[in-house]
Amino acid sequence: MRFNRDSALAVALVSPSILAVAIFVYGFIAWSARVSLSAWKGLLPDYTWAGLSNYAGLLADPRFHIDVRNTLLFTTLFVGGCLVLGLGLAILLDQGLRGEGFFRTIFLFPMAISFIVTGVVWRWLMNPAQGSRLSGLNLLFDNLGLDFLINSWHTTRDWGIAAIAIPAIWQMSGYTMALYLGGLRAIPDEVREAARVDGASELQVYWHIILPLLRPITLSAMVILGHISLKVFDLIVAVAGKQLPLDVPAIYMWTTTFDGNFYGRGAAIGMMLLLSVAALVIPYLIYTTRNEAQL
Amino acid sequence: MNMSRGRYWLYIPLFLMTLFYLVPMFIMLNTSFKSFSEVSLQTMWNLPSGLHFDNFKEAYTKLAPHLWNSIKLVIPASLISAMLGSINGFVLAKWKFRGSDVIFPLILFGMFIPYQSVLIPLVQFMRSIDLYGGLPGLILTHVIYGLPITTLTFRNYYAGVPTELIEAARIDGAGLLRTYWDILLPLSIPSFVVVLIWQFTAAWNDFLFAVVLTSPENWPITVALNNMAGSQIIAWNVQMAGAFLAAVPTLLVYLFLGRYFLRGLLAGALKG
Amino acid sequence: MSRKLLMSLLLIIVLLVTACGRTAPAGAPVATAGAEGDAVVTVESGGGEGEGETAASEVEVFSWWTGGGEAAGLEAMIAVFNEKYPDIAFNNAAVAGGAGTNARAVLATRLQAGDAPDSWQGHAGQELIGTYVAADQLEPLNFLYEENGWLEVMPETLIPLISQDGNIYSVPVNIHRANVLWYNPTVLEENNVEVPETLEEWFAAMDALKAAGVETPLALGEQWTTMHLFETVLLATLGEEAYNGLWTGETDWNDAEVTTALENYARILEYTNSDASALSWQDASQLVVDGDAAFNVMGDWAEGFYKELGLEPREGFGWAPVPGTGGTFQFLSDSFVLPVGAPNRDAAIAWLTVAGSKEGQDAFNPVKGSIPARNDGDRALYDEYLQSAMDDWTSNTIVGSLTHGVVANDSWKSELDTALGLFLANQDVANFQNALSATCVASGPCK
Repeated sequence: MRFNRDSALAVALVSPSILAVAIFVYGFIAWSARVSLSAWKGLLPDYTWAGLSNYAGLLADPRFHIDVRNTLLFTTLFVGGCLVLGLGLAILLDQGLRGEGFFRTIFLFPMAISFIVTGVVWRWLMNPAQGSRLSGLNLLFDNLGLDFLINSWHTTRDWGIAAIAIPAIWQMSGYTMALYLGGLRAIPDEVREAARVDGASELQVYWHIILPLLRPITLSAMVILGHISLKVFDLIVAVAGKQLPLDVPAIYMWTTTFDGNFYGRGAAIGMMLLLSVAALVIPYLIYTTRNEAQL
Repeated sequence: MNMSRGRYWLYIPLFLMTLFYLVPMFIMLNTSFKSFSEVSLQTMWNLPSGLHFDNFKEAYTKLAPHLWNSIKLVIPASLISAMLGSINGFVLAKWKFRGSDVIFPLILFGMFIPYQSVLIPLVQFMRSIDLYGGLPGLILTHVIYGLPITTLTFRNYYAGVPTELIEAARIDGAGLLRTYWDILLPLSIPSFVVVLIWQFTAAWNDFLFAVVLTSPENWPITVALNNMAGSQIIAWNVQMAGAFLAAVPTLLVYLFLGRYFLRGLLAGALKG
Repeated sequence: MSRKLLMSLLLIIVLLVTACGRTAPAGAPVATAGAEGDAVVTVESGGGEGEGETAASEVEVFSWWTGGGEAAGLEAMIAVFNEKYPDIAFNNAAVAGGAGTNARAVLATRLQAGDAPDSWQGHAGQELIGTYVAADQLEPLNFLYEENGWLEVMPETLIPLISQDGNIYSVPVNIHRANVLWYNPTVLEENNVEVPETLEEWFAAMDALKAAGVETPLALGEQWTTMHLFETVLLATLGEEAYNGLWTGETDWNDAEVTTALENYARILEYTNSDASALSWQDASQLVVDGDAAFNVMGDWAEGFYKELGLEPREGFGWAPVPGTGGTFQFLSDSFVLPVGAPNRDAAIAWLTVAGSKEGQDAFNPVKGSIPARNDGDRALYDEYLQSAMDDWTSNTIVGSLTHGVVANDSWKSELDTALGLFLANQDVANFQNALSATCVASGPCK
């Protein structure tokens, strides 16, 4: 602003990224939007105008209703589970225990392996067979005398998707832990000390002092986890195959496009996903920009 | 910090969680040493009858040719996107220009597009710029779709750097590049580590982009791993051995760089 | 401290620069590899038929045969090809994916980008016709059938199922049978149960097994295997003619007979394991192997699984047509096609010639565990089960499989799959029948 030549340079430095994002993100979104308004069904492009009929079809589609419900449920459990577990582990590790580095590394490990691989292992672990064919975690629970934990996992009627959140939490909670640990370490000791001097109990210190300070981290984590959650696809397919009770928009989009050749409908699902993401992210962006303005 | 005696109980939840995180790895390794007929749901907790290293050998022969492709893909993909993210983050945090506050959310939003829905225009575009089939096109794709998270990370990190530092440099007559080079870059190592690890993992584990954008001779290891399973009979013992082999590089990265990753996060990267 | 940071920073920069420097030369061979690929493309986009000679030195064949017996079978067939056409390089572009799903997405994006392989694999029948013929992507192959005399060696009832308007669009390499009932002979013997031949006998047998304490008489797996079971029950209840009519619009989906079929299906599901949706077909077969279940309905690739586990035919595992479908061979077939504007058309025709030849099919099928589409295969090469399947293939009436792409096109099948999924969740037969009927109307054949 004050340095005009440098401002031009600044623009020049970011412009390749802007151009790339313009094409690869917004260009492709525009293409998707156009396809979602077309009657394209079949292998070859067909841009015949179809108005909002693909969207209307989805709103009336019982499968899509299942998808929306599953996504909401999954997102809530996955994001919530990661946050709670991540925060809990971070607080534990923040106590200055010996072996902290070891635990941190172990907790981060799952992130290193792709869903395609871990999904299959979880498929086995969460095998729901009962009686003599007990296996996986159920068998382990049985042997440990923890019979009350035996359950039918993702084949549980109506709530099966909740079980799918477990491997997802397994994979991403270590990362959430790392984020929170970073945040906890950034809080100066004086802040806690001051509270303790004021007579606050340890619990009160966390509840009234630490948690509010961690709010920005919670927000970032929610955004990162939320977008993973809305796009979850290969994990579910690897754990449970493609089946309707565990269907989510990303799976419907894939199967209807590539198995069924309903390109228009597939694009409409993609656009609906994007719109819901926008509804989630834009408030976050407004919040962060406003906060910065106050600084 | 001294540990008071009463706090040993804190290890109980930590060890329980360690089990939670390690059990799937155990199953993976355990299965990979079994023979085909030993693999079944009922016997998944049983130890293998012997160590069938031939599973690893078989998996390795199938995966090895693609290992090098993955390396050639992941290194440039993560380095370039980290560099670009750092520059973007710097400009968007400390050298704002008219409209830069709009640019940042626009870039960030790119993180959220469902990749499955852009495969067709992606392939068509790559073909039109002649980058379809080879690794450079795949690298470019990873760099571009990595930009939102790398830009976010660096921007948030740089936002925490006191503006006085920048002002002081400006008063000393330093321009944009000099300020970046002399002041911000030396401070950014923690963020670089975070971003490099993140991008390394993402690019290494990616299957979707790789399978549609590269031709067989350029397939990275994930596509080869997926191809080990036929459409009908799947030898899970070999598959698990392959999965483990394919995960070794990322596991090593976490093992050796995990500490720096944490340090990067501790230093405030990715802070809201 | 900051010195140290700066030093490590410099190190990173150096690494970065050298890495970038390295990628340039390392990228160079990649670029040339791409250029080779492009050379093929150039021929195509140049549109010069005359340049065909140079291009004919390569044939790129796309399939989903990447693992196990399938990949080995493909290799065996490639060996035959190399022997016959030593100057054509075979480029094996196989991509795996459960029942070819990933592979099909890759193929679809390639075709839309105008980068067709020279030939690709598809399930014979409507899967190919509904998707690729409908988009004018395939050349009719009647000339190949005539030149090679294939019409004489392939079953008469097969040809209409892989044709559209008198044009044949693919070369079937192998045949699998969908309507096979696999059973554990020991479990049946111990409970004095005969192998059932009709649906009623089957129900009686499963009741007897249940009474004798077999928890799940019939093993079932994830959703696609339930569709597989569904198509065999449709066939068993309706009979060949009415079953075929379902796919042409001649049989009304609202018919009372169809209601009976759906009721039978619902009844059969009661004998299955509650954890079906969590099991792959292999896991479901394993239940039969372990004696936890007596029966399983699966295509005859299951035989390969039993053999892989070291079981003896007739002793460790037995087979029969699905009750009520004796005398009918519900088939599926992997076949290869000739795309319009194949980059190397002559080489592609050479590949198809091998794929349809006795030599090619006898090289592929014994290894893959399927039977040749031709009826003159060398029986000595095939095992006991496959020999029985070869007998049935030549003597039975042939109908097509739904799950494996013969009778309904992809769009219809995916809508049927959704309807089936909803039915599995709510068990509402009337609703299911309405939905099935609606998919038929939406997909064309029904008015």
